[in-house]
Amino acid sequence: MDSSEPLPSGEPDDHPTVPTQRGNEDAYLRVRDLRVRFDTSDGVVRAVDGVSFAVERGRTLGIVGESGSGKSVTSLAILGLHDPRRTTITGEISVGGRQVIGLAEDEVRRLRGRDMAMIFQDPLSALHPYYTVGRQIAEAYRVHHPKVNRRAARQRAIDMLNRVGIPQPARRFDQYPHEFSGGMRQRAMIAMSLVNDPALLIADEPTTALDVTVQAQILDLLADLQAEFHSAIILITHDLGVVGQVADDVLVMYGGRAVEQGSVEQVLRAPQHPYTWGLLSSVPSLHGDADADLLPIPGNPPSLINLPSGCAFHPRCRYADRAGSRSRSEVPELRPAGADGHLVACHLSAEERATFYAEDVARVGVAR
Amino acid sequence: MARFLLKRIFSATLTLFAVSVLTFLMFFALPRDPVSSICSKNCNPERLERVRDDLGLNDPLISQYAGYMKGIVTGRDLGSAQGGRCDAPCLGWSYVTNEAVSDTIARVLPVTLSIVIPAAILWLLLGVGLGMVSALRRGTWLDRAAIGFSLTGASLQLYFVGAVLLLVFVYNLRWLPVPSYTSLLDNPAKWASGLVLAWVALAFLFSAIYARLSRAQMLETLSEDFVRTARAKGLAKPKVYGRHALRAAITPVVTIAGLDVGGALGGTVITETTFGIQGLGRTAVDAVRSGDLPTIMATVLIAAVFVVLANVLVDLLYAAIDPRVRLR
Repeated sequence: MDSSEPLPSGEPDDHPTVPTQRGNEDAYLRVRDLRVRFDTSDGVVRAVDGVSFAVERGRTLGIVGESGSGKSVTSLAILGLHDPRRTTITGEISVGGRQVIGLAEDEVRRLRGRDMAMIFQDPLSALHPYYTVGRQIAEAYRVHHPKVNRRAARQRAIDMLNRVGIPQPARRFDQYPHEFSGGMRQRAMIAMSLVNDPALLIADEPTTALDVTVQAQILDLLADLQAEFHSAIILITHDLGVVGQVADDVLVMYGGRAVEQGSVEQVLRAPQHPYTWGLLSSVPSLHGDADADLLPIPGNPPSLINLPSGCAFHPRCRYADRAGSRSRSEVPELRPAGADGHLVACHLSAEERATFYAEDVARVGVAR
Repeated sequence: MARFLLKRIFSATLTLFAVSVLTFLMFFALPRDPVSSICSKNCNPERLERVRDDLGLNDPLISQYAGYMKGIVTGRDLGSAQGGRCDAPCLGWSYVTNEAVSDTIARVLPVTLSIVIPAAILWLLLGVGLGMVSALRRGTWLDRAAIGFSLTGASLQLYFVGAVLLLVFVYNLRWLPVPSYTSLLDNPAKWASGLVLAWVALAFLFSAIYARLSRAQMLETLSEDFVRTARAKGLAKPKVYGRHALRAAITPVVTIAGLDVGGALGGTVITETTFGIQGLGRTAVDAVRSGDLPTIMATVLIAAVFVVLANVLVDLLYAAIDPRVRLR
């Protein structure tokens, strides 16, 4: 694979500044034209290719996409947790007014855990198996509060365990992760990430590894804590149902690019991109007609090393022919679609999308 | 934790019992009559019979074994031909060296301990240190140099490395005396200067394996989720690597170290031979050559004790490192 082949998309300069949703000038997190590339032995992986969004304090952005769509890479780039030797990041990431890209590692480290924190998908592997849960939480507190003594840090950790709904927190403090249940572990993980009152919390598929009954509890907990701490949350998921439950805004990613973004109402009620339609109608609805057909998306997520030309979604898009040869030759730009702040990257005209949606998707019924 | 400990000690005792029975049976299964080698020159049937009687070889097998074990625990009377009273731990009488086996062991065991323990400390520090550095500096010249070093160590033989060290430091540069053993308690400086080449040679060869193993383990651990969590908390690199990654990466190293040290304490034959030092290993080889069965028996038992002890120690260390082990 020749890594010097021309970029499927243009240079950053060719990209128009994408209008993002509401008030992004004073948003806590602002990401503009983020591009993340990995150099691998098989070629260059363009994991994220020109994504822009903003999250204000008190609001939740849901980033949705299949595995390999670039959603987790985006979050790791914000925290600066990528391997700097093999990763190239360009664009802007501003956290509380500070540029993270290009900042010295030690400066970013000071932000991590204090101003921005992360919750991972699998709490069992994300917690250290050899240290007690409490010690790991207290450690997270003491990194950023070096003057706090051991006893005060312990008390702080116990308070946090209590706050996230873990019974007998003082006893639980001294237990190991393997002595916790899955849901309790994720609660402990949340306690650890919130121990320093971060203004930005990134939750990477926080409920995927959990039982369905526990999922709802964890999402409720996150919503409660957000109301209390007034933090900005990025929720990464492949589950639009989860997004509908907790998010204010949605960013749909495909092949490292944003294909649709807008408020939850816009994206879930009036989805514009055929990929979003696919995501919505691959979920059986609990409330609608149980016999309704599902419209699964054919094929597999694309390889990020060798993205399809033009619109990366075209091999899986049932309407690709309607856009003519442009779907294969031209990368669709993210453009305003109807309502204010609603953006979509699709070659189809607004009228065509409205027709197809009414004929094919709305008929099948969409999960909410 | 106490239950864990008791279980380990119980199974270790069982293992030692099995080893002692097997070694004892080996004593009789050998194609060599122990008695004929003892009265080599002026042998006659009466003398043969007397020695046989002294050794207790006419008693039933079980009472012979019981007598041997009793000797180890409480000591026993071996009769005038075998030095009379033999105090615990009595390992029998050697007709080859004409002394109590326990006296031989008491003389050579400190030698082997003096060779192996400092060498093990050296090779662990060197090996694990090199492995960590090359894992954290993967792909740099430091990493390549460490891999080259460990490849060299893994491909060389001790008698070659030992001979080169002797040639350079003892015979050419004359920085060190000819290797010999002096008790640490008598003269620590002489103890160290007489053994340092053996330590270096052993450490060079062994650390190679440890460098490769700990490098691989560290690299694997660095890709673990909990290491990413540690970084996401904002911990500085020394704490991420030292406290979070190292502790998880070290467990397999502990296992191998236990086996290696336990095995080496049973006798470092090649090292002792290369440097001309009489330790447990050379004593065992000499005993096999001369058919000195009580000494063979003793050296085999001691080697087994070290291996079993090392394994118990490894289990305890494992439990100390990984809380999940304590549940089992």
